[in-house]
Amino acid sequence: MTSTAFQKVYTKLTQITKATCTVRATGVGFDELATVSGRLAQVVKIIGDSVTLQIFSGTEGIGTDAEVIFFGRPPTLKVGDDLAGRFFNAYGDPIDGGPAVQGKEVEIGGPSVNPVRREEPSELIATGIAGIDLNNTLVTGQKIPFFADPDQPYNQVMATVALRTHADKIILGGTGLSNDDFLYYKHTFENAGMIDKIISFINTTDDPPVERLLVPDMALTAAEYFAIEKNEKVLVLLTDLTLYCDALSIVSNRMDQIPSKDSMPGSLYSDLAKIYEKAVQFPAGGSITIVAVTTISGGDITHAIPDNTGYITEGNLYLRRDTDIGKVVIDPARSLSRLKTKVMGKKTREDHPKVMEASVRLNADATKARTKMENGFELTDYDERALGFAKEYANDILAIDVNIGTDEMLDVTWGLLQKYFTVEEVAIQDDLIQKYWKKA
Amino acid sequence: MTTGIVKGIIANLVHVEVNGPVAQNEICFIGLDGVKLKAEVIKVQGNIAYTQVFESTRGLKPGSPVEFTQRMLEVKLGPGMLSKIYDGLQDDLHKMEGLFLNRGEYTDPLDEESTWDFTPIAKEGDSVIAGDWLGEVPENWIPHKIMVPFVMEGKYKVKSIAPKGNYKLIDTIAKLEDEDGGLHDVSMVQYWPVKLPIRAYKEKPRPFKMMETGVRTIDTLNPIAEGGTGFTPGPFGTGKTVLQHSISQNAEADMIIFAACGERANEVVELFVEFPKLDDPRTGRKLMERTIIICNTSNMPVAAREASVYTAMTIAEYYRSMGLKVLLLADSTSRWAQALREMSNRMEELPGPDAYPMDLPAIISNFYSRNGYVYLNNGTPGSVTFIGAVSPAGGNLKEPVTEATKKAARCFYALSQDRADSKRYPAVDPIESYSKYLEYDEVREYLNKNISPTWVSDVYEAKDLLLRGKEAGDQINILGDDGVPLVYHQRLWKSELLDRIILQQDGFDKVDKSTPMKRQCYMLELVLKICRYDYNFESFEEVQPYFTTMINALRQMNYLEFQSDRFNEYETRLNEIVDERRAK
Repeated sequence: MTSTAFQKVYTKLTQITKATCTVRATGVGFDELATVSGRLAQVVKIIGDSVTLQIFSGTEGIGTDAEVIFFGRPPTLKVGDDLAGRFFNAYGDPIDGGPAVQGKEVEIGGPSVNPVRREEPSELIATGIAGIDLNNTLVTGQKIPFFADPDQPYNQVMATVALRTHADKIILGGTGLSNDDFLYYKHTFENAGMIDKIISFINTTDDPPVERLLVPDMALTAAEYFAIEKNEKVLVLLTDLTLYCDALSIVSNRMDQIPSKDSMPGSLYSDLAKIYEKAVQFPAGGSITIVAVTTISGGDITHAIPDNTGYITEGNLYLRRDTDIGKVVIDPARSLSRLKTKVMGKKTREDHPKVMEASVRLNADATKARTKMENGFELTDYDERALGFAKEYANDILAIDVNIGTDEMLDVTWGLLQKYFTVEEVAIQDDLIQKYWKKA
Repeated sequence: MTTGIVKGIIANLVHVEVNGPVAQNEICFIGLDGVKLKAEVIKVQGNIAYTQVFESTRGLKPGSPVEFTQRMLEVKLGPGMLSKIYDGLQDDLHKMEGLFLNRGEYTDPLDEESTWDFTPIAKEGDSVIAGDWLGEVPENWIPHKIMVPFVMEGKYKVKSIAPKGNYKLIDTIAKLEDEDGGLHDVSMVQYWPVKLPIRAYKEKPRPFKMMETGVRTIDTLNPIAEGGTGFTPGPFGTGKTVLQHSISQNAEADMIIFAACGERANEVVELFVEFPKLDDPRTGRKLMERTIIICNTSNMPVAAREASVYTAMTIAEYYRSMGLKVLLLADSTSRWAQALREMSNRMEELPGPDAYPMDLPAIISNFYSRNGYVYLNNGTPGSVTFIGAVSPAGGNLKEPVTEATKKAARCFYALSQDRADSKRYPAVDPIESYSKYLEYDEVREYLNKNISPTWVSDVYEAKDLLLRGKEAGDQINILGDDGVPLVYHQRLWKSELLDRIILQQDGFDKVDKSTPMKRQCYMLELVLKICRYDYNFESFEEVQPYFTTMINALRQMNYLEFQSDRFNEYETRLNEIVDERRAK
């Protein structure tokens, strides 16, 4: 990101805040990049000849006489096959010691796909995790976050998903990733021998927070290249988008914008939608699937960040530590994959939707029984059976360390249903019962 | 013509210095590297016009030229809109080139070259006013009326009218003479500004007819009136969109306008893919033939999102003026409110609650008031029924958009997280939800006359059953299974039976997804009959298994063709079960 000789240099800064500065300049375009004292910045507001820039790495030490050089273009990324296997920072510069990538320079955060040019997502993504495949099947072109408390092993689950799915490319966008977690991902991918499939854009907690704002767009611009030009199935992992939102609120605060709920900018919904809606299935076969992490505080999903995310994404997955079995499970009651009906029973066995519904419903009965038990009430025979079912169901199906195919998951669930319940209690249509309920 | 130059840019808010008169809501075009970006004036101060741009402003520089058009944001109305997919500004999305939406690309909403088989209705010498029918052309299966343009004020005389035959859209099909003798050419195309209601009708009575949606929890418990308003607030994951899609597929309307406003693109794609395949249960034609989709998904420009609901409403009013029964669905109106908030914020207006603009309630109620059942000037009825989804922040029904909508809409279908979590779909909370129309004498009369003579009292009986069941359930949770009289368990399970059989509906099952009113009536009467009986139990532990068997038989009935052999078999079986424990 170097400047060229004919560029004009401005040196009159009229205002400096923690994240932004204002300079008198003319002929500047909105969204344009610049450097302020060598630090990368982007135009966020123009009023007459006063141009406000957000400085990605912060304004510490910036003087009122700082040199401002405008690039005449918005942020870009050079895309090409060479991206594969590489690690980059938020600006798209290599951080793995390798050479700069050669390729076509494209603007990041480009236009939206025309909805009528999209294809309906209909291809199953198998993860081997039953809490996902059986209850909340994922589909290519889907966007789905994990809602997780910071102490939950979401990065491990994400890495597991990445390793088990058969994506052509996996793009990791790390916003405010701790260095330890970054290294964890790196080692996991290296050990799995799949580093050639992986591209990473990393902003760690060591880096300035505002830089994070570039990471998702960088990752998705690379994803679009492979999905459109190469017709590849691309899986994009974004972690942790809560930290991305925090960076948004810092910038909007410095620009004196009126905050809406939870000190978040009023445009949070649109800002997040611009990222998530890059998930798409193209008619030519390429696709972008986004699996993200939104950390939540104390399970509170009414906070503006998970709340807006939930309205944008196609479902959400919750992790929960099941104390009965001492393992982390994917919570069947709260998790939801909205696109699951597009593949369940269509790309999988016919009994899949009904088995899923029945087991989730009966599992919920166990939750009620547990409440009763905690309140000191006597349990009925049904309650006891529901609890027995829930325990085995958690251990054999929901636990994230289970790794089996969908048909096997269905067979195991049928077995559990039969072990604990009557045909009436399971309440599945007769034709399926005839076929799958083993006559004792 | 007024022109101007760009002075300031804050995201999609652009300040323009103008050299002449400008009007509020006037449309202008801002030049940027050879393309022109459409923008709307939303505030004027001195010689600065504040405009919201319907596109991304990336790269826009101060000093760029601006041209004003002297027109407000308009839709182009005429035959050929059915089955189309528009963006929020009524651009035909299929006519756009390339994979991506390129800014500055605006396409014709109608097909300029198309020809239509015109049959005159008005005769030479007739006296006509705005909205009167001059003739009609067949559009899919709808007789599309060609009307005196709504913008023509005052009385006119039909000077000449084209004879039956094929005409192009823009051919003159009538000449009208105003009271001063001036002549006006009328074609099949007219324009109307979206923010103004079309008022070409004689009167707007209180709604009195029911509109069937095929969704039992709505039709049976809280019916919506034709020409009525309803809204479905609910946290994410409670099934707002599934409910809207289900209504759009099964509702008894002549045509559907679906405004996908700031929501997920994949959901809209689902409509594109499914509607051309699905059959309209009433006409047997494809659903897409009666549908117009206005699609401004969440990643499309935010100002166009605000426009999209108005575009949809204006098109609905246009078709209502042809004497049609139009159902308008908007998913979700909260995104529209958020678009207003984003602009208000950029303009640095003093905020109201949750940073929404102060006039949000007024804007919402104004919009809802555009729906309604009307008698046109020639006495023909027409209607626009509106159901909007609301996405309350944090699932909190006390937030500004939900509160403002609650004041404006007459039916309230609260989607509940609890119900969704226990997979009780549609997750409409039967206790919280209401339909004001059930209190209208004219609606009650209509229901009793058209469904069954005791219908309204049956519905209230069902509501009471649910309420009593909930109370009994609460008591059992507090006091324990054996701490309450046995009759509480019966109450709980009677309401559970009603819930599972009438309220819960499998939107993905081919039979259960839509229930005609006749079947709804039959099932409600059957369920009420069962619930009116007393049953003999020794202990509370017998209650659940017994009711579960009844529920199971009834559920099987829900999945089967109405009154088919197997349906009847299960009913016989059910009656046997009932007799086992029924107190004589």
